[in-house]
Amino acid sequence: MKPIISVSNIFKQYEIGRKSSYGSLREEIMQTLAAPFRGGKEKQDSVWALRDISFDVKEGEVLGIVGRNGAGKSTLLKILSRITEPTSGRIEMRGRVASLLEVGTGFHPELTGRENIFLNGALLGMSSAEIKAKFDEIVAFAEIEKFLDTPVKRYSSGMYVRLAFAVAAHLEPEILIIDEVLAVGDSVFQKKCIDKMIEVSRKGRTILFVSHNLAAVKALCTKAVLLSAGELKLNASVQDILDAYVGESQLSGREIDLTGLKRHGYPNELIFEKITFLDFPIVFGRPIRFKVRLKSTGSKNAFPDIDFGIAITDKNNNTLIHCSNRFISRRFDHVSDDEEYFFEIENIINPNVYYLTFFIRSRDEIQDWITNAVKIEIEDGNPYRYTDTKQIQGAILPKFDITSTRTAI
Amino acid sequence: MSEVIVIEPKKGWIPVNLREIWKYRELLYFLAWRDIKVKYKQTALGIIWAVLQPVLAMLIFTVLFGRFAGMPSDGAPYPIFVYIGLLPWNYFAAVLGLSTNSLVSGANLISKVYFPRIIIPASSAIAALLDLVIGSVVLGVLMVYYGVHLSSGILLVPVLIFITLMNAIGFGIWFSALNVRYRDIQYAIPFLIQIWMFATPVIYPKTLLEGQWGWLLLLNPMSGVIEAFRPAVLGHLPIPWQALGISTAVGLFVFLSGIFYFRRVERHFADVI
Repeated sequence: MKPIISVSNIFKQYEIGRKSSYGSLREEIMQTLAAPFRGGKEKQDSVWALRDISFDVKEGEVLGIVGRNGAGKSTLLKILSRITEPTSGRIEMRGRVASLLEVGTGFHPELTGRENIFLNGALLGMSSAEIKAKFDEIVAFAEIEKFLDTPVKRYSSGMYVRLAFAVAAHLEPEILIIDEVLAVGDSVFQKKCIDKMIEVSRKGRTILFVSHNLAAVKALCTKAVLLSAGELKLNASVQDILDAYVGESQLSGREIDLTGLKRHGYPNELIFEKITFLDFPIVFGRPIRFKVRLKSTGSKNAFPDIDFGIAITDKNNNTLIHCSNRFISRRFDHVSDDEEYFFEIENIINPNVYYLTFFIRSRDEIQDWITNAVKIEIEDGNPYRYTDTKQIQGAILPKFDITSTRTAI
Repeated sequence: MSEVIVIEPKKGWIPVNLREIWKYRELLYFLAWRDIKVKYKQTALGIIWAVLQPVLAMLIFTVLFGRFAGMPSDGAPYPIFVYIGLLPWNYFAAVLGLSTNSLVSGANLISKVYFPRIIIPASSAIAALLDLVIGSVVLGVLMVYYGVHLSSGILLVPVLIFITLMNAIGFGIWFSALNVRYRDIQYAIPFLIQIWMFATPVIYPKTLLEGQWGWLLLLNPMSGVIEAFRPAVLGHLPIPWQALGISTAVGLFVFLSGIFYFRRVERHFADVI
């Protein structure tokens, strides 16, 4: 059987030589006038957002597309959705395609929920007959019955997202392309969305799915590809891809220099410099103890009211532990980079590999944020004196007791 | 499976895919409907504005030009004369203004969903038709008030509206696509519309500009349309077929070249916008 999607040798180049992303007429005229005096052809800087991407997707498969920020996932989805053209290469898709690169595309704040359902449906390629047929289902899924005739500008953000996803979830194309939509909404609704997508995929539809939510990728996808710096690194089973993804750039050890890591785009006037584990290796049952040093990089050297957020996440990006000095009403003002901050976290998590996320703000202004960059391993042990530790499945291992009425105490 | 979609880089001039535009006709309707809905939301007078706008403009021009300046009006009452000029002109100017900004203000759609892009500026032209229809009803009332009888030329009005529509969409497509690349266009358009209005016999009869500048007026495609609108409705003069022919030819040229230009540049919209 022919694959439903075949992607062959896709390249995409973006030009970044221009001063601004859109030219003004004056700039263009000046450039043309100045050209004879510059001598030779102007060298335009360009970047390859995608290089030689090829893969096939069979009918009914749910393909996860995984990769770090800037790896080219969004560009690939934009090409597959026909929003932008590849520089070279060819893609064939057999069947009706609908793509959902954002929830609520085309929603107009002044229009009511009812009106937006029709507008958004039409944008996603549904006919008005189809929308009418599914209208009640959409409204029920979004749980907005009472607010159908209220302009969406008065909706809470939760309602807005629910309605937007509900419309998209009721599309019935043969190929569905979804980008990051689960990054929004509360966790109950996220769960509902994943369940809905699993239901859709069971009906034999082909889905391409990009998400940073690795748990969602794991729950939903039957196959995955890993993109890295515009290239296709790996095309394999979901678990292999997830392992490769999380292993891509983590550091581990007793003392780790944090200055060279990839960060989210924040001012970074105050950054994490170093983490040192006081007990190493980390053993189950003994507290996780470490100290952190910060570094001010700009002219400022006093940062009042700093707030740490340090999280421990598992391989599937579920946050298990989140520590912040605010939670325990402890206030720090960072006035010297010689200062060290000590953390001690009770350790009852199931021995395995975990990742640390570092986050800091000063007076509510985010300064630095590094996600899942440091790997820690918690070594064997459990509080139950049970030897076959692989049998214990819980993420955390608290002490517990089980009794019956006949148990003699 | 019936449909096979092939994605690969396209080169040069791309023919218009009429079948696809037909498939998306409902979107054209919904976008126009959205523009109409949104236009009068949260206004106290609502759709009454569609009546007030041309009537107030007519009153201002009547007082300024009809009374004080004694502008000639080919023997028709000046208020009716200027109103018939304003009706197609206001439509044309509204479409130009709306569609020029339509792609840029719809940037979020262009970078997130696929559909034939030409639907965006085209929907502006459809949305503005409502004001034209309401304005025409007001014209009927005015004609009864002034005791003007309908002439058989009224049958020509749908054709004239069609020519206006073609011109409006044609220029709208050009300007909207250019505005994606050069945001200068959106600032220049309001001035262009003002100058263009005075270079079009909206508030004065064409006879006023005949002579040295007459040929320039002929090249202006809105000139022939408006000059034909008046005799078509009032029947007071013969219909200027020659001027109308030039309007149609220029309009058709702008419309077709606009579509081809649009097709050529639309594949870069998402990267540039």
